[in-house]
Amino acid sequence: MAHLIAGLIFIPILVALFVSVAPRNSARAVALGSNLITALVALTLWRHFDPGAAGLQMVTRHGWIPAIGAEYFLGIDGLSLLLILLTSLIFPFALLAQRVGRGFCALMLLMQAALFGTFTAQNFILWFLFYEMSLIPAFLLIKVWGGADRDRAATKFFLYTFLGSVAMLLSFLGIYLVRGTFDFVALAALGKSGLLPGKLGWLAFAGIFLGLAVKVPLFPFHTWLPDAYEAAPTGASMVLTGVLSKMGVYGFIRLLLPLFPNEIKIAGPWLLGLAVCSIVLASLAAWAQKDLKRMVAYLSINHLGYCMLGLFAVTTTAVVPAAEAQAALSGVFLQIFNHGITAAALFYFVGLLEERRGARGLTEFGGLMQRTPLLCGWMSVAMFSSLGMPGLNGFVGEFLIFKGSFALAAGYTAVAVLGLLITAIVFLRAMQALFSGPLAESCSSFPDLRLGEKWVVVPITLVMFAVGIFPQFILTIFNSTVTQMARLLG
Amino acid sequence: MSNWIVAHLWLIPAVPLAASLVILRLTNSRRTGAAALAIVGQVLAFVLSLGAFLPTLQTPGYRTFTNFIWFTFGEQTLRLGLLLDPLTAVMLVMITLVSLCIFVFSVGYMAADKNFTRFFAYLSFFSAAMLGVVVANSLLLLFVCWELVGLASYLLIGFWMDKPSAAAAAKKAFITTRIGDIGFFVGILWLYGRSGTLLFYDGGNGALESNGLLSLGASATFIALLIFCGAVGKSGQFPLHVWLPDAMEGPTPVSALIHAATMVAAGVFLVARVYPLFSLGAIDGMTPSLTVVVWIGVITALISALIALAQADIKRILAYSTVSQLGLMMVSLGVGGVAAGIMHLLAHGFFKALLFLGSGSVIHGCHEEQDIRKMGGLRGLMPVTFLTYAIGMMALSGVPLFFAGAWTKEEILHAISLWSVSRVPHYLMLAGVVLTALYMTRQMIYVFFGRRRAAAEHAHESPPVMTLPLLVLAVCAVAFSVVLTPAWPWLHRYLSGETARFDFPRLIQPELFVALALVALGIGLGVLIYRRPGDLDPMERSLPALFRFLQNRMWLDELYDWTVLTLARDAARTSDWLDRYFWDGLVRGFGALGDSLGSVTKGFDERAINAGANDAADVARGLGRLISRRHSGQIQTYLGVVAVGMLALLLLYAWLT
Repeated sequence: MAHLIAGLIFIPILVALFVSVAPRNSARAVALGSNLITALVALTLWRHFDPGAAGLQMVTRHGWIPAIGAEYFLGIDGLSLLLILLTSLIFPFALLAQRVGRGFCALMLLMQAALFGTFTAQNFILWFLFYEMSLIPAFLLIKVWGGADRDRAATKFFLYTFLGSVAMLLSFLGIYLVRGTFDFVALAALGKSGLLPGKLGWLAFAGIFLGLAVKVPLFPFHTWLPDAYEAAPTGASMVLTGVLSKMGVYGFIRLLLPLFPNEIKIAGPWLLGLAVCSIVLASLAAWAQKDLKRMVAYLSINHLGYCMLGLFAVTTTAVVPAAEAQAALSGVFLQIFNHGITAAALFYFVGLLEERRGARGLTEFGGLMQRTPLLCGWMSVAMFSSLGMPGLNGFVGEFLIFKGSFALAAGYTAVAVLGLLITAIVFLRAMQALFSGPLAESCSSFPDLRLGEKWVVVPITLVMFAVGIFPQFILTIFNSTVTQMARLLG
Repeated sequence: MSNWIVAHLWLIPAVPLAASLVILRLTNSRRTGAAALAIVGQVLAFVLSLGAFLPTLQTPGYRTFTNFIWFTFGEQTLRLGLLLDPLTAVMLVMITLVSLCIFVFSVGYMAADKNFTRFFAYLSFFSAAMLGVVVANSLLLLFVCWELVGLASYLLIGFWMDKPSAAAAAKKAFITTRIGDIGFFVGILWLYGRSGTLLFYDGGNGALESNGLLSLGASATFIALLIFCGAVGKSGQFPLHVWLPDAMEGPTPVSALIHAATMVAAGVFLVARVYPLFSLGAIDGMTPSLTVVVWIGVITALISALIALAQADIKRILAYSTVSQLGLMMVSLGVGGVAAGIMHLLAHGFFKALLFLGSGSVIHGCHEEQDIRKMGGLRGLMPVTFLTYAIGMMALSGVPLFFAGAWTKEEILHAISLWSVSRVPHYLMLAGVVLTALYMTRQMIYVFFGRRRAAAEHAHESPPVMTLPLLVLAVCAVAFSVVLTPAWPWLHRYLSGETARFDFPRLIQPELFVALALVALGIGLGVLIYRRPGDLDPMERSLPALFRFLQNRMWLDELYDWTVLTLARDAARTSDWLDRYFWDGLVRGFGALGDSLGSVTKGFDERAINAGANDAADVARGLGRLISRRHSGQIQTYLGVVAVGMLALLLLYAWLT
């Protein structure tokens, strides 16, 4: 079983090499084939995963570079499995979102491998290797296949996140020099009593926080995101928001919370404040956008802000009742999955509109409901999911996050709830501009959803309904992980 | 049979929902199929509702619930449930019956619409969501269905999406109600945190039962008020009532559905459902939260009745009348008359659906004209519509004895008169009764009496598919009185969990005469004022300033636009600006700092280090050039130099030794 995880990581890498020399027009088929295989592997992992057991499962552990404490150490728990499933789900749809060539496919596969690695590595060096490995394909995808202003956006994205990573690396080197290990589990055990003394601890905390906050991104380290998402090709935007942004949240859960519980408690009110700013200010900024893609990008920041709110609420409060911690953490995990699906779908729809119109300004469409009712209908589902309509996936996660964090940090949560209102305004305004009114001249020859497009839209939407109505099948994956984490934090 | 239905209560909302989903899959050409499916679904739901109603008659205070686990998170479980009690049962019957009439009416009204099938899918969905609200035994499940009701209303108000005003109205409805829902949501979170459950009834552990209520303490007031925010939004109470009149942009059957059976009824129902939260710790039947409910209701009832006086759109008048009547129901709930409030809600459901469908028939007959000033004299051309409309009007105005609205209004006024806090609501609501009769008389005269104006020239009576529902609803509006009278206050006792006895002499109460006098005053004034309307509205002629104030809805929309909306839009723009120029400015500044550091090192590199190296190289090169000039290649010179050198060395040697 343990080799399956290795398979997840190495199959895409091998196929990426193969794709770059394969015949030009078969690239996408080969890449999709690789996605199919890794998805089957992921499903097998799910099947053999024991949802009742806490802690890591299917562990592989070998020495790698003993001199610097680097180990080849892979394993999964509920959170890892959730993210593996999400990664497997998003990539094929991202590949179908636009015309792609060999280079594009190869880079996407490399990125997928890096993500699988990030979500399964349990040793910092190995983890960091994968974490950084995802950055280069993302950079190239934006730089080579991006839209207007892609050079600047790609450079900004790369430098900003890379700078964060350097800060994180330095912090970990400091930790290693004092503690002598890069093992997540071992470090977490040391975290309770203070990983590093005094100022040194704060310095290390700040470094890791910066790296992760940029990645998520958390306000005010977010300004690279609208530029990057706007410039990136549709498929890359889908992956960036759907999966890549989750690396930051994952890092918070895996590294920062267990390693620095004391520092987080002290910085807690500030962190909660930043999360609330992410939620409210980003949704307000989304309201002011005229470009659809930029609007969706800002809402991505807003939705990840809910995750941050839940996490900080759980870690900040002195006494955390198990029920509230479990609610908040379950909500955060669900939100990770839900946002991945919904935001990717939204970028896909924006891509469809852009492809048909050749522009994506809110005012450049009108009356689409008369011309493309199917496209409008399915896109509305994604929008309603994103604004938290019950019956769709977004609501369940957000409800749990708010339930937990209201009990733990009522004031912050009460302000954050405003985000729900503003998001609704943003989406309804967009729907009004796009779908209603008289049919715009420029949109009068739009084709409705094509068969190939339905193959993307329908499955994703079905997942939204499934999670919204019967969330248990997702919750079961990480219930034990949540319980264990809540106990550690409580 | 009934037991089976009680055990499968979920079927009642599920049947219309299923119908809606199936219709959504039909192509646009399957019109008959769509309408038939929707109507059959509604008939089934109605039959099931009757089936659920029967067992509640057997024991006073009947209540059953079934709870189930929705999902498990961590080690916690989240349970939802379904509930059947008298409140649920009467609502079920009213909603399904009124909806059914509206569905049938729509077959005629929407016959020419190209999106006919989609309309019926949305209608069914609307009804399903509302039925879900009513059967929920969990505040969370109620909220879920509540939001779906909001979604359905959004889809239906904006049904004619190519009309920009319809799209704007739909958006306004959704967002305005969501403002209230945000408060409601926080209330839910608070309640959940305090009592640990969102189930209403759970064998003693529910949030509305003693244990749950005990755990709330002082927070109950805040929770109740937050939940009331949701009701204010949905039921169009001041200050969130502004969406309701705009919602008239939807097709008329939708207006009927929103104003009678679904949507606005949800808010009143919600307050009645969670009433124990409002009345917790009541002293003399009064709590701070209930007092708020009363005053909000009073303000709403009065200002909307006044605004209705100056409107010209037939549907808008009815819309403001709905707002006003909902205010009255809220007052009733607030002063403790829960049963009276719900009775008025039910009666209102019948006669307001009747009035809206009647107005739809009028609009249809007048070729989509909605301005009452362009109608007139329709009573001869549209006899059935006129007759039924008159019944609706009398029921709404509260003409005593034969009309349902009269008895329920009387109950409400009686309850208000007993309120210990203040007499003011009582007087204001009595004035409200006069106003109601007045604006309805005005409307009747403009539409059905006098000379025929432009739009009435070629008016025609509507087809039977539209008039039949009118007749059914008219019969309901009259026959419903039977269970409302003080002689046999069956419904009141049923809702309060008691049994009613027949006592004919009690039929005539002193309130009856008060009501009679007030209604007579209203209608009389109406006839007097509007007997011969000229080109200008009589009120416009005599009180132009007041008329314009009311006609423009007290400029509340404009006020909101200038204050809240402008503020919010500015906040959005500011946030965007901060992002672009401040936060990103910092990032770019940081980048520029790195850039300039780079230039400095580059300069140092080029000017100092590199230049130094260049200088050294230059010196070496110059030296080399100097030396190379000596390498002329002439042997004589070389030999000469060698000779001179040798000579110098010899001399040196000699000097040293």
